[in-house]
Amino acid sequence: MAMNFGFKLCPSSALNLDKIDTSLYDKLVEMEPDARICMACGSCSATCTASQFSGMSVRKVLLDIQRGKEKEAAAMLRNCMLCGKCTMVCPRGINTRHLILSLCRIYDNKEEQK
Amino acid sequence: MIYQGKQKIWSDYQKEIPADHWFYARSCIRQNFFPASETHFLKIGRELLGKDICDNEHHTTCGGISYHSDTIPQETAMTIVARQFAIMTECGYKNIAPSCITSFGNYTEILETWREFPELEAKVREMLWKSCRKEFEIPEHVAHTSDIMYTWRNEIAEKAKFRLINKETGEPLRVVEHIGCHYSKMFPHKGVGGAEYPCVLSGMVNSWGGQVIDYPERRHCCGFGFRQYLVKANRGYSISNTHKKFESMEPYKPDMIITNCPGCPYFLDRWQYVIAEMEGRTYGENGFGIPVFTYEEVAGLVLGYDPWDLGLQLHQVAVEPLLDKIGIEYDPKAKYLGLNEKDIMKPGLPENLRCF
Repeated sequence: MAMNFGFKLCPSSALNLDKIDTSLYDKLVEMEPDARICMACGSCSATCTASQFSGMSVRKVLLDIQRGKEKEAAAMLRNCMLCGKCTMVCPRGINTRHLILSLCRIYDNKEEQK
Repeated sequence: MIYQGKQKIWSDYQKEIPADHWFYARSCIRQNFFPASETHFLKIGRELLGKDICDNEHHTTCGGISYHSDTIPQETAMTIVARQFAIMTECGYKNIAPSCITSFGNYTEILETWREFPELEAKVREMLWKSCRKEFEIPEHVAHTSDIMYTWRNEIAEKAKFRLINKETGEPLRVVEHIGCHYSKMFPHKGVGGAEYPCVLSGMVNSWGGQVIDYPERRHCCGFGFRQYLVKANRGYSISNTHKKFESMEPYKPDMIITNCPGCPYFLDRWQYVIAEMEGRTYGENGFGIPVFTYEEVAGLVLGYDPWDLGLQLHQVAVEPLLDKIGIEYDPKAKYLGLNEKDIMKPGLPENLRCF
């Protein structure tokens, strides 16, 4: 039985980029090539209506997918109301609303395949 | 890049380290954690290499441990350090060699502060006079004792009886070098190689035959971090840092770790036991841990000193597998015999970490 020292070990948040699964990001880039031009400025997150209530952030969703954290990205996507404000402020002109819909489509296909 | 250009850039990363005449400032915690390390620094310096090193009984802690634990203000630490300088001046020395990385960082930080704010130096001189009736001169050179050992590395290599080589395979031992954060992360120009390429330990390892291994978290903190450890509620943060380092270095199969800080060898050594008991995870071969040494202990080993005289029985992680690899002879029965063969008692063995 593990000994209790009165404090615990936190798992490391370090990522090994050689070992993560980036298939979801690759699919997204195939459907939405604009995903590549995001510079992670965070304007989408700053303007997001759902953000202050639920922590929704398109920037974080993209980052999570790039890092292979599919579950975290899916959980965050559920908070999007598809209002499209993020699309209006994106300095790179990315249709973020469409990007989110495409992502949802990929997730739905994955669910169906299971 | 052309070779001359490279040499010019590298020269910016060097510091001047006088070869001789040092006032030795002991560490307050190293003598408890690794009791023979400081003694062997003096032994190697004085007896083997014939250097002049002053070890004065009147000096105290530098106050760095309290300063970094937020229990004393910097002016108090400054007055303590001023007293050390006063003793150095009284003994007739101009160069100070702290044995502790935090002392080295503390002295450097204080000297830099005085350079920027001379009025603070004047205030500390007044406080020292009022409290101790002492006066001091600013040291000409401050070098950590690992800096000095670095300058001795080739002389030690010439006199070495063993090299950091696996005697069975003939391959160099794979060595992780871990440099204390207060060495050059605060003032990069005060360390050999700066903060980016500190070579104080890798230079020793290369001279003594080992192979330094590079791994992703090489420059990460050992996890001690003073307050992170001293406050029990924060110890999970401390051990998680150490865990991160071990997880990162394990795939490179290191044979040993060499360090130059008082806290780092202690925590890298003892946390291996805690991680093993918490998670059942060990990082060495066959259920052992990765042995962790101070640079004085490694110098002592290559020079052929008795491992038990070097205090290696006080390590948590068993050092015997490494001694066998190098081919150093030792008497297992003498491991827990102290001075005059006094029985210092055998500690209880951990459940998950293999020890002797």
